[in-house]
Parts: sequence; structure tokens; C-alpha cells
Amino acid sequence: MSATTAPRTGDQPASAEAGALLEIRDLDITFSTGSGPVHAVRGANLEVYPGETVAIVGESGSGKSTTAMSIARLLPSNGKVTGGSIRFDGKDITSVPLGQIRALRGSEIGLVPQDPMSNLNPLWKVGSQIDEALAANGVAKGAAATKRTVELLEEAGLPDAERRAGQYPHEFSGGMRQRALIAMGLAARPRLLIADEPTSALDVTVQQQILDHLDTLTAELGVAVLLITHDLGLAAERAQHLVVMYKGQIVESGPALQILQDPQHPYTKRLIAAAPSLASRRLVSTKNGEAQDATEQAASGATGGSVAVSGRATDGDAPAGGAGPASGAGPAGDAGRGADAQRTREDTVISVQNLTKVFPLRGKVPWRTTPFTAVDDVSFDLRRGTTTAIVGESGSGKSTVAQMVLRLLEPTSGRVLFEGQDIAGMKGKEMMALRRRVQPIFQNPYGTLDPMYSIFRTIEEPLRLHGIGDASSREAKVRDLLDKVALPASMMRRYPNELSGGQRQRIAIARALALDPEVVVCDEAVSALDVLVQDQVLHLLNDLQSELGLSYLFITHDLAVVRQIADHTVVMEKGRVVEHGSTDEVFHDPQQEYTKRLLAAIPGGSIPLAGAETIEVDVDTDVPEADGARGDDREGTDGHHPLGGDPEDPFSGAGHV
Amino acid sequence: MIWYIGRRLLQMIPVFLGATLLIYVMAFYAGGDPIQAIMGDKPLSPAVQDQLRSQYNLDKPLIVQWLIYVGKVVRGDFGVGFNGRPIIEQIRDAFPVTFRLAIIAVVFETILGIVAGVISGLKKGTWIDTTLLMVSLLVIAVPTFVIGFVAQFTLGVKLGVVPVNVGRDASLQNLLLPGFVLGVVSFAYVLRLTRTSITEVATADHVRTATAKGLSRTGVISKHIMRNSLIPVVTFIGADLGSLMGGAIVTERIFNIHGIGSVLYQAINKSESPVIVSVVTIMVMIFLLTNLIVDLLYAVLDPRIRHAK
Amino acid sequence: MRSDHSPRTLRPADEHFVAPLDETPLREVDAVDTTAAPRSMWGEAAHNLIRNPVFVVSALLILLLLFIAAFPGLFTDFDPTKGDLGVSNQKPGDGHLLGTTVQGYDVWARILYGTRTSLSVGFFAMVISTVIGVVIGAFAGYVGGWIDEVLSRVTEIFFALPLVLGAIVAFTALSSGVSTFTIALILAVFGWTNIARITRGAVLSVKSQDFVTASTALGAGKLTNLAKHVLPNAIAPVIVTATVNLGVFIVAQATLSYLGLGNGSISWGSDISDAQPALRNNPMMLFYPSVALAICVLSFIMLGDAVRDALDPKARKR
Repeated sequence: MSATTAPRTGDQPASAEAGALLEIRDLDITFSTGSGPVHAVRGANLEVYPGETVAIVGESGSGKSTTAMSIARLLPSNGKVTGGSIRFDGKDITSVPLGQIRALRGSEIGLVPQDPMSNLNPLWKVGSQIDEALAANGVAKGAAATKRTVELLEEAGLPDAERRAGQYPHEFSGGMRQRALIAMGLAARPRLLIADEPTSALDVTVQQQILDHLDTLTAELGVAVLLITHDLGLAAERAQHLVVMYKGQIVESGPALQILQDPQHPYTKRLIAAAPSLASRRLVSTKNGEAQDATEQAASGATGGSVAVSGRATDGDAPAGGAGPASGAGPAGDAGRGADAQRTREDTVISVQNLTKVFPLRGKVPWRTTPFTAVDDVSFDLRRGTTTAIVGESGSGKSTVAQMVLRLLEPTSGRVLFEGQDIAGMKGKEMMALRRRVQPIFQNPYGTLDPMYSIFRTIEEPLRLHGIGDASSREAKVRDLLDKVALPASMMRRYPNELSGGQRQRIAIARALALDPEVVVCDEAVSALDVLVQDQVLHLLNDLQSELGLSYLFITHDLAVVRQIADHTVVMEKGRVVEHGSTDEVFHDPQQEYTKRLLAAIPGGSIPLAGAETIEVDVDTDVPEADGARGDDREGTDGHHPLGGDPEDPFSGAGHV
Repeated sequence: MIWYIGRRLLQMIPVFLGATLLIYVMAFYAGGDPIQAIMGDKPLSPAVQDQLRSQYNLDKPLIVQWLIYVGKVVRGDFGVGFNGRPIIEQIRDAFPVTFRLAIIAVVFETILGIVAGVISGLKKGTWIDTTLLMVSLLVIAVPTFVIGFVAQFTLGVKLGVVPVNVGRDASLQNLLLPGFVLGVVSFAYVLRLTRTSITEVATADHVRTATAKGLSRTGVISKHIMRNSLIPVVTFIGADLGSLMGGAIVTERIFNIHGIGSVLYQAINKSESPVIVSVVTIMVMIFLLTNLIVDLLYAVLDPRIRHAK
Repeated sequence: MRSDHSPRTLRPADEHFVAPLDETPLREVDAVDTTAAPRSMWGEAAHNLIRNPVFVVSALLILLLLFIAAFPGLFTDFDPTKGDLGVSNQKPGDGHLLGTTVQGYDVWARILYGTRTSLSVGFFAMVISTVIGVVIGAFAGYVGGWIDEVLSRVTEIFFALPLVLGAIVAFTALSSGVSTFTIALILAVFGWTNIARITRGAVLSVKSQDFVTASTALGAGKLTNLAKHVLPNAIAPVIVTATVNLGVFIVAQATLSYLGLGNGSISWGSDISDAQPALRNNPMMLFYPSVALAICVLSFIMLGDAVRDALDPKARKR
């Protein structure tokens, strides 16, 4: 969906002098915390001109949201602007009385917040929450407001808006709520819209639809947009001007394309090198027994280093890197392998055969349940030393498959074979042996480690549980494992609450590796991490695979990540496998419309980047918009289910977190 | 919604049965000879004992006795007390007094507790918040009867603005002070609960979104902070109405009010088990009933519950 | 997808700004901070607690009360059980620190010895009720299904009988001469429900966490998980509630004494009750034991508050 020179409508003053709509100068923001003041933003400068889209890109904690929230004075009570100025429409609003800021909120400065699940008041009807915005800004009242609300919801792309306006937020899916929030943010026709990660909680295809719609709307209305995002690709695609923030400071800003293609600041270079949507090739292990910070290397500008394309080095003794190009599919892979690899090709570790899982859903009356097929006849193989990715949006059943492979959930029918043996019949010792050989890594770094356990105890637990070694040999093993995940041994005495998300995830990897497993099931293992950390963990996983000959079953919603890590890709939709093949085949020659749509929705995929390949996917992106019932606008109550969530709560999995 | 109500009603049945069984067994059996428990220390001839045994169905198995008892209770028959008067009559006379007392207490704890809690929550960390918190802590730490004595002594004896004894004249006016005393501990709990709830909701995402829409501070507080944060408070107050009935035993003794609590107190003094069991059973029934009403109110206030299947 | 990147704005000239590198030195991705000392959740809580004056004051008061309860004779020469009608109703001073009661008991001695009754009733009732509540709540939450349904109903049955009311019925069933421990037991039987509810809720939220699933995948059994991961993580709110309950039990015991349901041992509640008739002439008789009771209960409530603040990550940030 493209927006060219926008027809300026609305009540924009005709003069429209070339002044900035928003001008932030030397902004300092400080939070007072229990452990002293924290300088969240330091010396930030940025302008937003009428009608343009400016994106602030940064990792969590970079100060991007704080900067944006300070404009309409929406900082938490312990945050204060301690320096610099904010000018809106030529007027300094840094320290004007609150009443004047309130007059700007809604009518001049709108907000589309981040998390659609928590930003609507659950106790009021969606329509009334928009009515309220109209009334508060003097746009319309009473019946007129109700009518206008329906128009606004329609405008935001919500089908059946009249009925929807009378519903409560919990009756909406995540995408629908986000549309309602967009309608709300634009209700009083502000001149500046602050969009704070407006789609990061949504599935990619939904994200794309909503951003396209937002683009069109703001272009039509001539609204300037300040887009806050962690996703460089998305920012580059949506904004004309980019601002990159790092640790509270703006490190680089300028025209979006120019920054992407010719980044100057080392941090920006590092970000671009790590962004999976841009450097989308299969990773290759750069390490051979020796620890090396792959990300550091990538950051030094050697983008090519991390994206060198090749078949895979398997058992660690094959030379890493520098094999043939990835243009071909299977054959190219074979070319890079030795005879050893040839043998492993036939060696299937895990074979999933006709796996089906049916959950009973509570029906209209308590004593009746409706069967809901979460996983429907899924079959695939995982070959030794390779990675198979299962990719799909929320509700695709991918996590349910992972749970059945780990035997944390019993399948309704079908089998999971580990080295040819059905895991369903395993008991006692046999089961313990399987547990040693198949290990999981989960998504949420904050939930994966027991907060009461020291790092040493966490990693030692599996060894102790299986009665391996004595105290001193276990300690040696823990040290060795920490070294494998590139963490200092001094980490042993620490507790999870002291670690960052990426470090916790590395500890989780170390724990999973403690029993020397053959298969590791990574359930969205990097999804919750910031892009640089995600990149680091992906490299680590990849290095460990080549070093230890691990096989990965990689569950993810993120196609860009799949491209970096997987040899084989299984695309799932609504419990079924829609496409299945080598990663290169799936990416370069997708057969199914759904796969094409997923690929086209990867943000930033279309941006021409020096040193990176773009995927041209021939798909009409208007299709999903028209057929809005898919994914996004699926009604929460009609029995469709995001899997891996609570089978009784149709909304629990509506977004990735 | 209808299944929600149905489920709550169904769940109430075992709770009611279990609670009456508990009371019944405790009152008549735990202390040894049930006849002795019924009659206290009065010496009885074997003939009278036998007659009493059959009158109270004590010759039948425990479960049967209890079922007969429950059957009668459901029909409003609680048997007769020592003075030969049906227990239900004693309760019927006393109940309205205690009910009035409890209503005064609930009104007091609700209005003052919520107002103080909202102020405290919105002005967290200020001197007014600290003061209110201190007061609430003190009220919880000092037993109700001490507060009752002090209030009676200062307002009744020293200042003479309220009657020291209520006695037979249980008018609303006379019950005002006892009602305050009865509700004062709950007031402290309401205050603390409201405060916690308000501070939690005030930092919620949807409140920031409402602010960003351009709503006035009053609009944000009344529409988005108050309603959301009052749901747990309403739950507490509803359930509390039942407990206040129990608290009445202390308050009624202090102010000499002839309510259900004083019926219970006299029964304790006389070890009149049938009356104790009856009064406690009624209090439990009221408690369960108010809890049910709270559950329904909850569904009215929260659409997510209303739509749950 | 926006394919057109031509500016549609009024931005005069979009300059490419690059911050000087020395202003924001680039750190290693996800650097490990090796300087800080390791600190467990409880370690951190303890660290915060000893810096919280509310905790320090309430903990010191509780220690003092425990000491008094153990050695009341160290603080007075009078025997609290011996009334001397010759010194009835004396004002404070004159050898009797806080005066005497109508029966000529030394008020100060009664308060000191009353500490023992209140604290032991509170302590035993707290321990017993916590054990009952944790076992039932943890079992209901962890096992789930119909067992949860049954245990939840049982909890509701006991919840339907308010503490004092339940105790009244139990008392009337017992013949006179109940021990202090029996009083505690009765209070515990009717006072464990809030512990069970809190434990159940905490267990429910912990058991679905990834680290429990990870442990299962490592081969740990259900009971191992409950004991090693679920309970330790669910116990913090239970401890807080149990502390506050201790105060509640002390108040309940005093209320029971006031209603004449005591065992005749010296207690603040019975002293307050006894002082009521003399309120007109000697209000201080009522005042002293009430203050003792209030200080004791307040100490436990404040201790509970302080512990909760120390353990609550949200409260810690503020």
C-alpha cells in the first residue's frame, strides 16, 4: 500500500509555514528511583514536520518511549523533564500549566499505545471509550458522538463497526483492539500521532494490515506520525526520517534510506547487522571450539561475515563458512557437506507422524464441550545435526506440537518417534533416558529460571536429578557449561533477578545442555529478546549446534529468524502444515498463498540494502485487507484458538509478547 | 451469565450443608453427652433424659439427626429454647435490630472507607495518606470492644451526646454510635483495600490511554480509575455484611442492645446449645446469601464475568 | 507496503546526524556486570528490610514482647494472681507502677504475665492455621480437578463461619478448663481459610511457569516439583498473611475473653473486660492492657507490611 504526495485535508492551517510541528531540543528526562536518579533521556534533539512519519528506533531501555511520552506529559509520576525544551506548533510546552497540555491531548496530539490487551478499559464498551474521546475534545456529544464513533471504527478498518461499538474489549481479538485504539487516537483528528510500538504484540500479517491502514489514514488526513519501534526494518519501511536511540541518547538521525544503506554510527551498524529481517541468511558458525563474540565481529561493519552463505557445517570437524551460495535448495546444502554429513542426512532423530491434538472447549452450556482440533495431522522429520523450524502465527498449533514432542502433552492420535521408538509408551527409566536426550528452551526469559535458585543450582539441577557425578565433577560441569554459553564462572553464585533477559536465556541453554542432549526444542526461544541480544543468542545456538552436533526443533512466529537458523521449515496455519521443505525452497519458491503472505509481511524485506538480499514475493498485499476475517479479525468467541495459550481462553494467545 | 449464577447456586448447597453439619456436630457432640450439652448442669431423671433423646432425635444415627435438623431449618423450624419459646420467635424479634445495626455499619464503612481510601490512594505518600494509614492500623490493632468502651465512655458518659445503653429503644438514632463501632474495623480494611486498588489501577495502561485522549483528571478518575478499582472493594463489603452479624455479639453487649448478638451471648452464658446452633446457622445463611449477592454484583460490574460461560 | 520513499513532508533538508562516538561509548552486547555481589530474592528482601525503620521497630518490639513473655518475673516483684484487697483501686505509683485493680491486683504485673497468654495463643494458632492452610491450599492448587473443587468447598465451609463465631460454638461444646493450646487450636481451625486461599492462588500462578515445565522436562516428578520449585516460590505471600494473622488471633482471643470464653489464665482481654465496670472511676485500668494489646498487634501487622513491601517487586521499584 503506498502513499505518495498526500492530499492535505483536515483543518490544517492554510499558511503551513515550513516550521516543525514538533521540535525537541536537548531534552533530558530523569526518573527518581529507590536507587537514585536514572537519566533515561539525555540531550535528545528531534523534529517532526507536518504530515511526515518519523521513527524512533531503539532497544528496550533506550529511552524511545520515554521521549515520546514526555511530549504529551504522559510520563509515570516519578519521571520528569529535567532539561531542554519541547515545542509544539511553535509554542514551548515544556513547562506550561497542565491545563494547556490537556487541551492538546487528543485534539492535537493523539496516542496509539503499545499493548492492545491492556490499553482498553475492560469495563466499558469499546464504542463508549471512543465517544468519550470525542466528547472530551469537543468534537461531538451524545447521539452524534455514537454515530461518529461507528464511522471512525469503520475508517480504522473494523468490519461490522456498528455492532462492534457496542461490545466490550474482551470480545475483540488483538488486531481488532488495535484498530479500536487507532480509531481512538485519531478520533479528534490530531495533527501529531504518537504510535508507540503499535503492532509489536500482533502477528506479522495482522501487523502489516494495520500499519498499511495507518499509513493510508494518516496520509489522507495529513497527520504527522511519531512511530516508536524496536524494528529497524519496520521503521525504514514506514518512516521518511529515522532517529536511532541508544542508552538514552540519539546516536544517529537522518533520512531513513540513507541511514539503512549507509549507517555511520557503530551502534546503528551493529543494529543493521543484527536485524534478522535485513541480514536474512543462514548463519554459519564462526567459531570452532574457541569463544568469540560473533556479534562484535558483525558490528565491526563486516556484515558479510555473518551472512556468508553456505551449506552447513555439521559435526564440528567440517570447515566452517565459505561454501557455495544459497541460491539452490537441497543440492547446495549437500555440496558443502562431507561424507559424514551424507550419513547424517539419512539419520532421522525425531519423526512426527500424523500428530493430532484435540482439546475439549467449553460450549454454550457447561456440560457440553466442543472439540477443537489444535493440531491436525502434522508430520515432519528432524534430521540429526540440523534445524527444523516450525513457523506460524498465533493459533497455528506450533507450540502444541513442541509440547507433544517433549511429551509434556499427550497427543490425541499420531506418534512421535525418537530414533524410531514411539515415545508414548515410555515409562520409568526409559522415560528418564528420553528426558536426558530431548531438552526444551522456552520463550520467556523471566519465567524460565526459578528465581529462588542460584545459577549454579539451576544448571546443576538436571545433573543431580539424574544422579550424574559427584559434587566436584558437577561443579566442573557447570563451569564448563557456563563457558559454553560465554558467561563467566563467577556467574554461578548469582540469582536470576540480577541477570538480563539474554543472560537468563543463555543460562536456560546451559541447563538444557547439562545432560548432553541430542535434541533441543526451542519454543520461541529468542522472541522476547532485543534484536542485538537475539542475534547473539542465535549465533550461540548455531555455534553450539556445530560444536556438539545438536538437532534443533525451532518453534517461532518470526520468519526472519527462521531464515537465519533453520535448514528445514514447516509452515503451520490453524493446526495444519501448509508448506514444508528446505528453508531455501520455502523462502525462494513458496508454493502456498499463506507462505507468500507471511514472507511478504516480514518488515523491511523489500528494502534494498547493500550486502543483503531482498526477497521478492509476488503477492497482492491488498488481499488480506479485503479478506479481513483471516487471522486478525477472527472473532474471539467463534471457537478459533490460539494454541499454547489457555485452551479455555480464546484471547490468551492473540498476540506474541 | 445464567450458567454463572447456576454454578454459584449449586456450589452454595454443599457449603451450606457442610457448615450446618460442622456446627451441629460441634454443638451437640464434641463436648460429650449431648443431653448434658443441651440441658447444661441441671440434674435430670432418666425418664426425662429419654424423652429428650427422642425429642431431639438423639436415638437415631448422627447423619439422620442432622438431616432432620437441616430439613426443619429449611422450613424455618429451629425448635424451642429452655424457656419453651420457639427459637425462631426469639430470632425474629431480635433480627431487625441487628440488621439495622449492620446496615448502619455497612453504610459507614462503605462511604467513609472508600472516600478515605480514594484520597489516600490518589495522594499516595503525602501526609494525609500517612495519617489515614496510621489511623487504619490503629483501628485494626485495637479490639472493637476497647473502641466501643472508649466511645461509650467519652460520648455517652462524659459528653452525654448519645445514650449509654440502647436497651429496648433500638431506633436508628440510638443505634448510630453502636453502628459506627461495629463498622470501624471494616472501615479500616475498606480504606486499605481501596488504597491498594486505586494505586494499582492508577498506573494501568488504559488509564494512561484515557489521559492521552484528553480527558480531564476528574473524568479519568471517575470513569476509569474508580470503577475498576472498586470491584474488589465491593466484594469485600458484601462479604463483610455477613461477618458484621457475628461482630454484633460484641457491640450489642457493650451497648446493651437486644439484637441477635445478645440472644447469642445469653445462650452462651446459659450454655443453651440449641439456641447457639440456631443463631450461628442463621448467621452462616446470611453470610452465604450476601456472598451470592456479591457474586452477582460482580458479574454486573465486570462484563468479562458476565460473558463467561 | 509503502514502496515510495520520496518525502511528502515540509522538512527543509533532512540532514544526517551522527553523534560523536565518545559521547555514547558502545558497550558489549548484554555485558555481564561482575562487580555486584550475588543476592538471592530472600537476601535482597533481608537487605531491604534492615533498612526499613518500620521493620526494625516492629521486630525489636516483638523481640521485647517475646522476652517479657518468657521472663515476666524479671520486670516485677508482684504476683499477678494474688489480689490484695487492702490496696484495691490504687493510682499509679506508690510501689504499684500502674496502680492496682478493684481486686487489688497489680496492673503492671498482670500486663506482663498476660503477654505470655496472648503471644502463645497467637503463635500456636498462627503455626497450626498456616500448616492446615498451606497443605490444603497447595494440594488444591497443584492437583486441580475435582480435588480442587472439593477442597475449595471445604475451605468455603470454614470461611462461612467467621473466626469468633466458630470459636464460640466450639467453646460451648468444650467443658471448662481448656488449655491455652486448645484455645489456639480452636482459633486455628476457624482461621486457616485465608492462608489456604492465598496458597492456592500462589501455587496456581507458579505451577504454570516455565521453570516448572522445564523441570518436568528434565525428568523431575510432580512431588519433586511441588516441593522444590512450586512451594518455595509460593510461600512469600503466605508468610506475610501468617504474620498479620498472628495479630488477628491475639485480638480474637481477647474478644473471646471479653465474652467470658477464656480459661481463666491471665490475659489482656479478660483484664480489659474486667476493667469495664470501673471505667467511670478508673479509666486507666482499661487503658493499660489495651495499649499493651495494641502495641503487640500493631507490631505484627507492621512486620507483615514491611515483609510484603520487601518481597513485592512492584513495591520495591517505587
